[in-house]
Amino acid sequence: MTSRVLGIASLVLMVFALYMALIYAPQEAQQGTPYRIIYFHVPMGILSFVSAYLLGFAGIMFLIKRDLKWDRLAIGAAELGVLCTACSLITGSIWAKPIWGVWWAWDARITLQLLLGLFFIAYFMLRAYLPDREKRAKLAAVFGVLGMIDVPFNYYSIEWWATQHPQPVLRGGGSIDPDMRLALYVSALALTVTCAYLLTRRLAIARVEEEVEYLEHLVHAHE
Amino acid sequence: MKPLSAIVFKDIVIELRNKETISSMLMFGLLVLVVFNFAFQPTGAERALIAPGILWVAFTFAGILGLNRSLSIELDNDCLQGLLLAPLDRGSLYLGKVASNFIFMMIAEVMILPIFVLFYNLRFDLQFLQIAGLSFLGTFAFAAVGTILSTISANTRMKEVMLPILLIPLTLPVILASVMATSAVLSGETEGISSWLYLLGGFSIVYLVASYLVFEFVVEE
Amino acid sequence: MHAGDSPALESEDIRKTFGHFTALAGVTLTFQPSEFVALFGRNGAGKTTFLKIAATLMRATHGRLRIGGTDIREEPEAVRRQIGFLSHNTYLYRDLNPVENLRFFARLYGVADAETRISALLSRVGLKRRMNDPVRSFSRGLNQRLGIARVMLHDPSLILLDEPYTGLDANAVEMLNAMLDEAVGAGKTIVLTTHDIEQGLRAATRAAIIDRGRIVFDGSSRGAPVRDAYNEYVRMGVPQ
Repeated sequence: MTSRVLGIASLVLMVFALYMALIYAPQEAQQGTPYRIIYFHVPMGILSFVSAYLLGFAGIMFLIKRDLKWDRLAIGAAELGVLCTACSLITGSIWAKPIWGVWWAWDARITLQLLLGLFFIAYFMLRAYLPDREKRAKLAAVFGVLGMIDVPFNYYSIEWWATQHPQPVLRGGGSIDPDMRLALYVSALALTVTCAYLLTRRLAIARVEEEVEYLEHLVHAHE
Repeated sequence: MKPLSAIVFKDIVIELRNKETISSMLMFGLLVLVVFNFAFQPTGAERALIAPGILWVAFTFAGILGLNRSLSIELDNDCLQGLLLAPLDRGSLYLGKVASNFIFMMIAEVMILPIFVLFYNLRFDLQFLQIAGLSFLGTFAFAAVGTILSTISANTRMKEVMLPILLIPLTLPVILASVMATSAVLSGETEGISSWLYLLGGFSIVYLVASYLVFEFVVEE
Repeated sequence: MHAGDSPALESEDIRKTFGHFTALAGVTLTFQPSEFVALFGRNGAGKTTFLKIAATLMRATHGRLRIGGTDIREEPEAVRRQIGFLSHNTYLYRDLNPVENLRFFARLYGVADAETRISALLSRVGLKRRMNDPVRSFSRGLNQRLGIARVMLHDPSLILLDEPYTGLDANAVEMLNAMLDEAVGAGKTIVLTTHDIEQGLRAATRAAIIDRGRIVFDGSSRGAPVRDAYNEYVRMGVPQ
């Protein structure tokens, strides 16, 4: 039920967000049209950090409760993390090419995002190489918690590092046009709802996966 | 305190017997210094610019080697189980292994450091001591995370291969802070250095406490 | 060591599941001091899982377990001090010699007058002459002898043995049996799992059969009943 509501809401909001981002929001004076990608890029970046915290939270809950439902949430959060990180890096690159003239610059935010992506991938590699279901959940939970703790350290270290290196300038700062701000909020909301919808779908799939695993186990047990 | 020192003492006795861990860490660290010299072919001023990065790459990879080695001693003959049977809490076991990993890494680094200074034409003066001090902080942070992650990776089917994959993304702040602080020392512009030192200190404390609390989950069957 | 006259081991409905696999489906047992218990069962029946839970190496999914009156969840360190656990793996460091190995464990357990005790134990298990050789050079039998010394080092009141006879030569079996008999005489409790019914029943005062995570037989091992029950159990050939 929640899932269906979220699905319909995300469809409506996405259409609205597209209108806000592509038509409603005014043109940016210096960058022209390419700047409009930030309406997707920025929310995706923020959501990738939300995913990291959700992953850590699910890990803590699993370690306390020992209920596999928290592990399923962790998987969902980590997959969302990979998705959001990838989207944010790709949109960032597409934007950087016309504006900075390069696909990739070792800018603080990009580097941070890349590192977060590597963390999510490492999380899945760890899971892939842990054969036992329960052990997989437990050790992945610990790694998720350690990763969540790492986020602020990564953030500050990379921020400080960037201030000591010359780099392309686009440090937000200053005031943003109110119409732009509204468009950004709308697209952030739309993408958040979409991610929440994807998460509920993923959790449903994870439940089915677990049931299939259980049935397979029963079949093997009676062979 | 007693079980903690017993673990450290035991690791030292084993190392004195087979001399495997430190020698391989040292050799590996040296090879990194040499390979990077060929890869970059730095001259004069450039050398001082890239030296801190090379030093910490050498320390990091030698450290990973040491962590893997230290854990494989415990996995051999299932010795880790023997430790888990002993009347000490899992957190103390973690601290004991952090202590011995830290000591081993420090010994290897203290031997790599003079060679580094020599290879990159740096000076044996106050700078040298400052870098040694920095290594102390950076290595402690590295050992704190490395010990728990090596125990996690030991449970996987890939064991040794898994450790760097888990460790490097998490220890990037440590590596970055250590490199930046080392550059600051080498260039003599040390005004911004304190934030890096705080970061290393904060990282060590936070991870030490967190790992102390969750280590139980990593070792229980 | 025992707090008053509380049972040496008391388990209440211990269950353990691994994912969908149920290793223990509710084991309730009470062992008194000086009992010598033999635990039989085929591979995967849950014997080892039960011992590992009692030794605090594994966490039960459900149920309570007390050792000498102390709950293993509440005071695991105190419990571990009372337990000696021996499996087919000896948990000894290959690069250290027997004395160094035992010295290390003595420090972990806080054994008083460790050197005398180590020396006495090494003579007892017949390793006095090899005490300066690294464990690496030991045969399986010698390894297991040292493993026995490690288990006895801190004078545990509950001795858990998981297939201890595997790889032991006849002399070592005799020595182990003598040490176990002595321990029982001194009021200690022994729980032993084995495939070898003759060895298991040799000195056991009680025998239990565990099958698919349940205790299917529990009784005095004196006389025929346990042997019959065991034979019955084996003959039935429960599907693996």
